[in-house]
Amino acid sequence: MVKGVAITGMGIISSIGNSVEENYISLINNKAAITTIENISTVHANSIKVGEIKKTNAELIAQLQLDKESNFSRTALLGLIAVKEAVANAGITSINEYKTGLISATTVGGMDMTEKYYYDYFENPEVRKYIISHNCGDVAQKIASEIGLKGMVTTISTACSSAANAIMLGARLIKTGKLDRVIVGGTDALAKFTINGFKTLMILSDGYNKPFDDERKGLNLGEASAFLVLESDEIVKKENKKVLARVSGYGNANDAFHQTASSENGDGAYLAMKKAFNVAALDPSEIDYINVHGTATPNNDLSEGRAILRIYYEKSVPDFSSTKPFTGHTLAAAAAIEAVYSILAIQNNVVFPSLNFETPMQEFNLTPQTTLKHKNIEHVLSNSFGFGGNCSTLIFSKNK
Amino acid sequence: MDALKLELKNKIITVLNLEDITLGDINDNDPLFGDGLGLDSIDALELIVILDKDYGIKLIDPKEGKVIFQSIESMAAYITANRTK
Amino acid sequence: MRKTYINGTGCLSAQKTFDTVFLEDAEWNKNDNVLFLKKPVYKDFISPIASRRMANGIKNGIVASAYAMKEANVTNVDAIITGTGMGCIEDTEKFLKAIIDNNEEFLTPTAFIQSTHNTVGAQIALTMQCKGYNFTYVNGAISFESGLLDAKMQIEENEANSILVGGVDENGDHILSLFKLAGYIKEDRKEPYQLLNETTKGYIHGEGACFFVLENEKKESTYAQLVDLEIKNVLQEDEIETEIIDFLKLNNLEISDIDAIILGFNGDVEFDSYYKNLAENAFANTPQIYYKHLCGEYNTASAFGLWTGSKIIKTQTIPELIKSNSIERPAYNTILLYNQLNGKDHSFTLISK
Repeated sequence: MVKGVAITGMGIISSIGNSVEENYISLINNKAAITTIENISTVHANSIKVGEIKKTNAELIAQLQLDKESNFSRTALLGLIAVKEAVANAGITSINEYKTGLISATTVGGMDMTEKYYYDYFENPEVRKYIISHNCGDVAQKIASEIGLKGMVTTISTACSSAANAIMLGARLIKTGKLDRVIVGGTDALAKFTINGFKTLMILSDGYNKPFDDERKGLNLGEASAFLVLESDEIVKKENKKVLARVSGYGNANDAFHQTASSENGDGAYLAMKKAFNVAALDPSEIDYINVHGTATPNNDLSEGRAILRIYYEKSVPDFSSTKPFTGHTLAAAAAIEAVYSILAIQNNVVFPSLNFETPMQEFNLTPQTTLKHKNIEHVLSNSFGFGGNCSTLIFSKNK
Repeated sequence: MDALKLELKNKIITVLNLEDITLGDINDNDPLFGDGLGLDSIDALELIVILDKDYGIKLIDPKEGKVIFQSIESMAAYITANRTK
Repeated sequence: MRKTYINGTGCLSAQKTFDTVFLEDAEWNKNDNVLFLKKPVYKDFISPIASRRMANGIKNGIVASAYAMKEANVTNVDAIITGTGMGCIEDTEKFLKAIIDNNEEFLTPTAFIQSTHNTVGAQIALTMQCKGYNFTYVNGAISFESGLLDAKMQIEENEANSILVGGVDENGDHILSLFKLAGYIKEDRKEPYQLLNETTKGYIHGEGACFFVLENEKKESTYAQLVDLEIKNVLQEDEIETEIIDFLKLNNLEISDIDAIILGFNGDVEFDSYYKNLAENAFANTPQIYYKHLCGEYNTASAFGLWTGSKIIKTQTIPELIKSNSIERPAYNTILLYNQLNGKDHSFTLISK
């Protein structure tokens, strides 16, 4: 079996908690945080619910002790919080001591500021500092600069699978020896832009999202950020580092079916999972828990379910759940927060519940795990799929 | 009714950016989706906005569109029966 | 370790860079501070029913990749990797404007769908039915180089044999006005814009789409070998030379081995000094090339730079229009490219015959 790349630190902020510990406590206590939106004024406030982090930008700036004159977008603020926790968790004191990189992921970048000041920019010179923050790359640049990182810094944007690809790239950079250490993850803030975008696609739920339920009506958007620290085995050995878990498999494929919808049989999802099993040299039967993409849109869950059934052809599908009823769909951050949840599942030997599930889908016989389940967890598979057919699968394994 | 059908054809060509399609290419009973005009699910969402914006009809479930947008004929009939503006 | 070859290129830019040899039809537009892409006949590449919902960036990406694939004589690839700084910004603006102007009502999905950064790579995959690896990098001026690095790593590690990688960005009215407002783009003026001897802040802006087919094998269509690549988020002006020396050393090369250096001068007096220092000192005796007077500055303009370098190695000529000094070499076998934007996102790319 392939050993995989060591994960030595993680950090997260989401609607269910401001740290790894807070997120874990919420997950094992069924404490979802899908609420009415407060930080953004939108005409849809009464018709949608979101996974919003109940902190204003001013509060985040204060928490990070940033200069009040700084030009951080909310996406960058959330990103920096998670990165700082991950770096501290990995016990890193000298960031450039080894060849270190940062691979971030975002879909909105600084859209929150762009939509706020779209016309104001012309009237008010004071807000013009945010013009440059629109660029997705600005988020990673700012995070790197705050933690003093000098090296390879890049950003991936593949819609809702973005952070999975950041983790995948990071693992490959460590494996090939291009980097010794890499901080990988994703961040996305809620924005009017995405709320209205998903609204036009008519895939926002008017209530709470119900993944893999026959009556599912769509997703709740959320905002979050999570980052992992990946390190080479040389560093782990030399510094006697604690390894939280390992990235043992990854796969990326394109559905090449439609601009937004997934194919009937989930070709892209199937290929991504298959590739991940090949990289990990694992058999599907060795997976103890699947953290599904499970957005609760009619299309995703049907396509993903079919792809899973193709992988587990005539074999039993392992316990699976979607954690999106807790956090909402956090777009570019989704795969990163779910990576943290996968690692927590391995560390604590638990399967997190899929909330809100009532009725199995008519098309197939798949029932998610609806209550917290304690059992030994060696390997977790996490799926993330995005518009444009971008499908990614990650496999996390217990450190041996 | 005929005026409405013509209006709808013009709207479909403009909104969906069907550059090479002329009014004569769309028959009242031709299917708009699949084998007919070849529209897809994103076009359906665009048509839903036309219903809302121009005729004051709000669809909540995109699946309702399947029946309404079968053809120009069915669309015109639905609009005539349900329009609020 | 397997080697990586550039076996096909497709370039759409403010110049006629398709269906030409090497910039023979190029014209330096000194009158405008924003340069616009010369459009190909899209209908020759994309059916009207498919293109009706496509943003310019998508169409340009599809056409540029079609040229690259044709040159490399391949019909499909193992992976598609796209770099874009701003994505399809025109549709992003269109959707944003609609949200604000209509108070979040009567919005349609098409512009939103096009606004996601991965839409170009996704539509290329959809067009050629490529189910392989598909990534989009969005990190300012190293968006394209991130893709190159990824592709090279896959070929070296035997994960893929043939990869389409490119950079694409488009002009959008609103962002152009904002960039002018913030001083990133040079002020409107009557006097001609001279890229190399500018004394004012801001750059000449542009747009383009430039794709490459990278493969593990050398063949008849091969332009050059992609030898090595390095990305750094920040570097001080006085660190560049050392960085380059170290980078060349890793490849057993010295400055004197470089037959030409391609620099990303964009006319911005504040940051062109990064290039000027190199041009006047370490590379004073090396043939020097600049190109952004022809394509303008944008996040993936360096893809135009790589196209230029690839053409030089293949044709063994350097058009007068892109020479910034008069030094010549009997052969152009090893070329170094250096690019940065606003002092950030530095990239060093090494190609050879």
